[in-house]
Amino acid sequence: MRLTPKSATLLALVVLIALAPIFFPSGFYYRVGALIFVNALAVTGIVILTGWAGQISLGHAGFAGIGAYACALAPVHWGIHPALAVLLGAAISAVLAWLVGRPILRLKGYYLGVASLGMGILISMVLNNERELTRGPDGIDVADLGLRGLLKGAGLDLSNGQFWYFFCGLVLILGAWLALNLRDSATGRALRALHGSEVAAKTVGMDVTKLKLQAFVISAVYASISGSLLALQNKFITPDVAGFMHSVEMVTMAVLGGVSSVAGAIFGAAVLTLLPQVLTVFAEYEQLVLGAVMVLVMIFLREGVVPSIQRKIRGRGE
Amino acid sequence: MSELLQFLLSGVTVGAVYALVALGFTIIYNASDVVNFAQGEFVMLGGMITVMAYTAGAPLPLAALVAIVATAALGVAMNKLAIEPARGAPVVSLVIITIGVSIFIRGVAQLVFGKQIHTFPAFSGDDPLHILGATILPQSLWVIGGAVAVFVGLWAFFTRTLLGRAVLATSNNRLAAQLVGINTPFVMTLSFALSAGIGALAGVLVTPITMTSYDVGLAFALKGFAAAMLGGMGNPKGALVGGFLLGVLEGLTAGYISSQYKDAAAFIVILGVLFFLPQGLFGRKSTDRV
Repeated sequence: MRLTPKSATLLALVVLIALAPIFFPSGFYYRVGALIFVNALAVTGIVILTGWAGQISLGHAGFAGIGAYACALAPVHWGIHPALAVLLGAAISAVLAWLVGRPILRLKGYYLGVASLGMGILISMVLNNERELTRGPDGIDVADLGLRGLLKGAGLDLSNGQFWYFFCGLVLILGAWLALNLRDSATGRALRALHGSEVAAKTVGMDVTKLKLQAFVISAVYASISGSLLALQNKFITPDVAGFMHSVEMVTMAVLGGVSSVAGAIFGAAVLTLLPQVLTVFAEYEQLVLGAVMVLVMIFLREGVVPSIQRKIRGRGE
Repeated sequence: MSELLQFLLSGVTVGAVYALVALGFTIIYNASDVVNFAQGEFVMLGGMITVMAYTAGAPLPLAALVAIVATAALGVAMNKLAIEPARGAPVVSLVIITIGVSIFIRGVAQLVFGKQIHTFPAFSGDDPLHILGATILPQSLWVIGGAVAVFVGLWAFFTRTLLGRAVLATSNNRLAAQLVGINTPFVMTLSFALSAGIGALAGVLVTPITMTSYDVGLAFALKGFAAAMLGGMGNPKGALVGGFLLGVLEGLTAGYISSQYKDAAAFIVILGVLFFLPQGLFGRKSTDRV
C-alpha cells in the first residue's frame, strides 16, 4: 500500500511526537517540545493563508494576543472556564479577521500585509496601554486549565511538562489533520487555483474574495488557539505575544520550512523554536537571523526546505 | 484656538516626514511594482548614521551628507542583492523579501548602534518661534521645507529631465521602455538610490525633534504607507497630500483624544481608505490584465 502524502505527513507527525520523549535528556525538553507544537500550530495557519491562498499577514500575532488574553481575562471577569475562553478567543479572532479582511481582500496582495501590520500594532498597543484591564507590559496571570488535575483523578499522573507536551502535540495533530483535509477539499483546491492565477480563477466563476476571506479567518483561528495554549501552559502572558516580532517569527518559520507545506510549517517552527534554546546568544542576533532567513530562502529556495527535500527524495514524480 | 493651531503645527511637522516616506514608497512602487516595507529603515538609518558620524567628530552637514549617501548606497545594494534576483516572483514573495530586509537592517542596527535612544542638535537652535499663540521649533520648518523641496525637485526631475522621463516610461511599461533603448536596470538602481536617499533625509531632518533608535523604522513604514494609500498608490502628489493629511489627523488625535493612541490614526486611515476609497484621493482604478 502506498501512503498518500497526507497520511504520510500525519503518520510521521504522530510517530515523532510519541517517540521523541525517549531521547529527552531532561524534563526541560518537554517544555521546548510543547513550545514547538504551539508555534507549529500558528504556522500551519500561515500555510493556509500564505501558501495556499497567496495572501500575507504581518499581524497574526495580534490574533495570538486575542487568544491569550481571552484565557487570561474571561475566567476572571466573566467566570468562564478557561477551555471556553479558548473558544471565545477564537470566535473573537474569527470575527475580527472577517471584519478586517472583507474590504481588504478585494484588493491586491500587499494591502492585507499593510492592514494586518497596522491591526497587529493596534492590538498590541491596546494590550500595553489598557493597564486597568490587562495590567500592561508587565503581563498577567492566567488561570489553570484544570485538565491535568482531571487526568490525575482518572489515574494518569503526568508532570506539568509532560501534560503540556502531549496536549499541545494532540492539538497540533488535530490542526494539521484539519489543514490537510482542507487542502484536498473543494475549498482548498480552489484556494490553490487562485494562488496560481487570480484572474483565471475569477474567470471560471470562483468567488475569489470569499475564498481568501475564508483562508484569513481560518488562519486567524489557528493563531488565536496557539496564543491560548501558550498562555495556559505558561499560566502567565505579556503583550509580547501580540508583538510585531512574533508575527515576523510566524512568517519566517513558514517561509523557512516551506510556505505551502504543513510538514514544512512544523519543521520551520521546530528549527526556529529550538535555535534560541540551544544558542543563548541567539537573542542578540534574532532579528538579523530572521531577516536573513526570509530573504535567502525567498531567493534561493523559494519553496522552502521541506518541499525541496521531498522533491529530491521523490525524484521527478510529485 | 491657539490650542488647535498648536496641534495643527505639530501635525504638519510629522506629516512632512510621512510625506517624505510616502514619496520614497512611490518612487520604488512606480519603478518596480514593489511595495518596500524596508522604507522606514531608511529613515532610521538616516538619523542613526548622522548620529554616529557627528559623535565621531564630523560637522553636522557633513555627517548628514554621509548618512544620506550611505543609505542611498544601501538602497542600491538592496535592489541588487535582494530584489533583482527575485524579479518575477509573486507579490507575496516580494513582500516577504522586503520585510526580511527590514528586519535584517533592524537587527544589524541593534548590534551596531545599541538599543539606546540617540539624537543630535537641531540645525538652527531650539528657541521656539511664536505664531498666533502657538509655538513651532525652527527644526519643524526645516522638516516642512525639506518635504516641499524634495517634492518640487522630484517634480522637476520627472517632467523636465530626460532621465526622469525615462524613469516614468519604465514605470508605465517596462518592456516598452526597454524596447526604445532605456536602460531599465539603471532606472531601477536610480529609483532605489533616490528612494533610500529621501528616506534618509527624512531621518536626518526629524531626528532632532523625535530622536531615534534602532526600532523606529516600522512605525515610519506603516505611516508612510498609510499616507501613500490615502493619496493614491503611485501618485507623488497624492503622497505629499496624504502625508500632510495623515500628520494633521495624528496631531489632532494626540491633542484631543489620546496621545497613547495617536499611532492608531494611521491604521484607521488605512482601513477607512480601503473601505471607502480604495484608489485613494488621487489614484485611478486599475484592473489586472492576464
